[in-house]
Amino acid sequence: MTRVIVGLGTCGIAAGAEETYRSLAEKLSSGPAGVSLGRTGCIGMCYQEPLVEVRDGDGGRYLYGKVTPERAERIAAEHVGGGKPIPDWLVWSDSGAGTESDFLRKQTRIALRNCGHIDPEAIDDYLAAGGYEALRKVLEESDPDGLITRIVDSGLRGRGGAGFLTGLKWRFTRLAQGKRKFVICNADEGDPGAFMDRSVLEGDPHSVLEGMAIAAHAIGADHGYIYVRAEYPLAIRRLNVAIGQAEERGFLGDKILGTGFSLHVKLKEGAGAFVCGEETALIASVEGRRGMPRVRPPFPAVRGLWDSPTNINNVETFANVPWIVLQGHAAFAALGTANSKGTKVFAMAGKIRRGGLVEVPMGISIKDIVFEVCGGIKEGRKFKAVQMGGPSGGCIPAELQDTVIDYESINRTGAIMGSGGLVVMDDTTCMVEVARFFLDFTQRESCGKCTFCRIGSKRMLEVLTRITEGEGKEGDIELLEDLAVRTKSTSLCGLGQTAPNPVLTTLKYFRSEYEAHIHNRKCPAHRCAKLLTYSITDDCTGCTLCVKACPTAAITGEKLRKHSIDVAKCIACGACFKVCRAGAILRD
Amino acid sequence: MDPTRPYDFKHLHYVGQEGRLIPLLQQAQAEDGYLTRERLLRIGDETGIPLTQIYGVATFYAQFRFKPVGKNLLRVCHGTACHVSGAKELTEEIEGQLGVANGETTQDGLFTMETVSCLGCCSLAPVIMINETTHGNLTPAGVKKVLRKYRDGEKK
Ligand SMILES: Cc1cc2nc3c(=O)[nH]c(=O)nc-3n(C[C@H](O)[C@H](O)[C@H](O)COP(=O)(O)O)c2cc1C
Ligand code: FES
Repeated sequence: MTRVIVGLGTCGIAAGAEETYRSLAEKLSSGPAGVSLGRTGCIGMCYQEPLVEVRDGDGGRYLYGKVTPERAERIAAEHVGGGKPIPDWLVWSDSGAGTESDFLRKQTRIALRNCGHIDPEAIDDYLAAGGYEALRKVLEESDPDGLITRIVDSGLRGRGGAGFLTGLKWRFTRLAQGKRKFVICNADEGDPGAFMDRSVLEGDPHSVLEGMAIAAHAIGADHGYIYVRAEYPLAIRRLNVAIGQAEERGFLGDKILGTGFSLHVKLKEGAGAFVCGEETALIASVEGRRGMPRVRPPFPAVRGLWDSPTNINNVETFANVPWIVLQGHAAFAALGTANSKGTKVFAMAGKIRRGGLVEVPMGISIKDIVFEVCGGIKEGRKFKAVQMGGPSGGCIPAELQDTVIDYESINRTGAIMGSGGLVVMDDTTCMVEVARFFLDFTQRESCGKCTFCRIGSKRMLEVLTRITEGEGKEGDIELLEDLAVRTKSTSLCGLGQTAPNPVLTTLKYFRSEYEAHIHNRKCPAHRCAKLLTYSITDDCTGCTLCVKACPTAAITGEKLRKHSIDVAKCIACGACFKVCRAGAILRD
Repeated sequence: MDPTRPYDFKHLHYVGQEGRLIPLLQQAQAEDGYLTRERLLRIGDETGIPLTQIYGVATFYAQFRFKPVGKNLLRVCHGTACHVSGAKELTEEIEGQLGVANGETTQDGLFTMETVSCLGCCSLAPVIMINETTHGNLTPAGVKKVLRKYRDGEKK
């Protein structure tokens, strides 16, 4: 039987996959018999959405990219109806054809093993892919201590940012005394530029539930919460569907799989506060309070939700667990470097050609991710830096592109592994402006409890803003450094402790850009509008386009004669630069 | 909610009704569009949670609003990926088209505009979300078209 599958994750839908689906449904209903239409989550090729896969009767698989409703009609007619694949639109195929096959070939997919392959709203698809076998296995063995030892030995470290050994955290929670214990899945994914967890929740929600159930069994919890951002409506819907199905089939609820083990999982929708990704703030929020972090220790493993021992793990951490249980901890530990095992999912965004989701083995270099897997920089521009770890992370310059993905190696650069957002920047990105952007974020999201985080971040933002507006002063760099170090050392939680990282790393690697802004009043990347000056070169053809575009009538000149700009009137909006077809506007 | 149930002040929740305050506020906002004073008073009466605390919680989270919203909630992403891909130009276009700034509602009550910090759709940056629909890879011209679609839908 032929199956036609449409990628219906948020990214696919945003690119128009629902219209594609409707067009296919209409065409296929009148086409040959024995063809079914299905849906799946995100396979990671967000830059090629909408994606449609055709799995023909003899098992051949063909993935088509940028499938508009018109393309869908032709695929339905020629490939599904006529048995002739359309090579021009093929991005991947199991025979090795397709323009984007490098993208998938260079990945190792563990957490994303089912994403883009199964229907996330059909538990039978998950079961057919070996789903809930791992849970069955650990319940049959009924040896939580042995299980924990294996998770420790696998080397799995938390994927939410801090990279703590997952098995060890489970052991602490297991050993802690408490009448009730809880397991929490952190699906708050607040780092701007990160969408790994969303894709896993939308594409394979059962793997997260199964991981949670295994963790709950290991630590002795019977209640679980998933704290998920309200900005992810589709993930919330699919999680609800998945929880319902798992309860119906006896994988969640009372007496799971006929054993004495019970687990009730509830969803908690976040209410829009980045700091609630921090575990103690998250707990406060689940308890219905303001989401403000508290001092640790005691760690949640000892005193967490309602003062009970609580194990918190990230979505991706949980999604790895069933694979480790089934394939063995040694198989997981065989991947990666000495201290960082397994794989890591990265959300590739920014100025990258193949933007989307990739899962690569630890130990791969930044260069290989950017160039080999993701095809390099958009529009052939120059690679300048990657920003890793979101507002808590830092910028790693192109010179350090041989740095390998490994918790310790990334830390040495001043950035952090973080949760997996990797924003690629090219030579048109101003690093001072990037630092200002992140400080603007952390300053707004600081909960206000610690003075330096609350006020230090605001002062840093003010300094950065004035530098980008051409008002930078002598001593500003030193002032930033001083504030950064103090904020780091006097903040309670990770937010304040890491908020200065974007400033410190850009100062470390791109100090000359700061100096150019402050001393020469120039923005080398030509981003900071207030630092730019415009003039007209001899290439001007006198077409008058710029004269019409200029909002302040600063440009004068006769038709077919060279124009000129009156700097006194110019507000440096750049409108002339955008409209000029002769490339005669000089921006400096 | 049953007001006769024992209220556990130490843990700020009804026994068995753990952490209900935020879901209650979310429900109130989903029904009324924003948090009205009457609702907050009632939640206070019914749960026994002091009003100061309810306001404390409600004002902490960005999700909660104290003013009515328009028919369509338009969220412009200003996350990292969108920021480096032209979110600013997009915002300027939307502000120009609607004549409102962040947090404001249009005169006709059709749109409320908000800026947010990442909609998790970064590979399609720049992105906006209208109600629960995400629109990606937008240009200022593209966003104009999207807005027109919503306005036209209104006239029909
Ligand atoms: C400000 C801040 C925001 C955080 N946001 C998240 C988040 O969105 N998702 C997440 O999994 N962890 C986040 N963390 C890390 C959590 O505190 C915690 O370490 C993590 O959920 C533990 O899970 P893991 O061991 O599986 O990584 C954040 C930490 C801080 C300080
Ligand atoms: S940065 Fe805009 S969707 Fe993530």
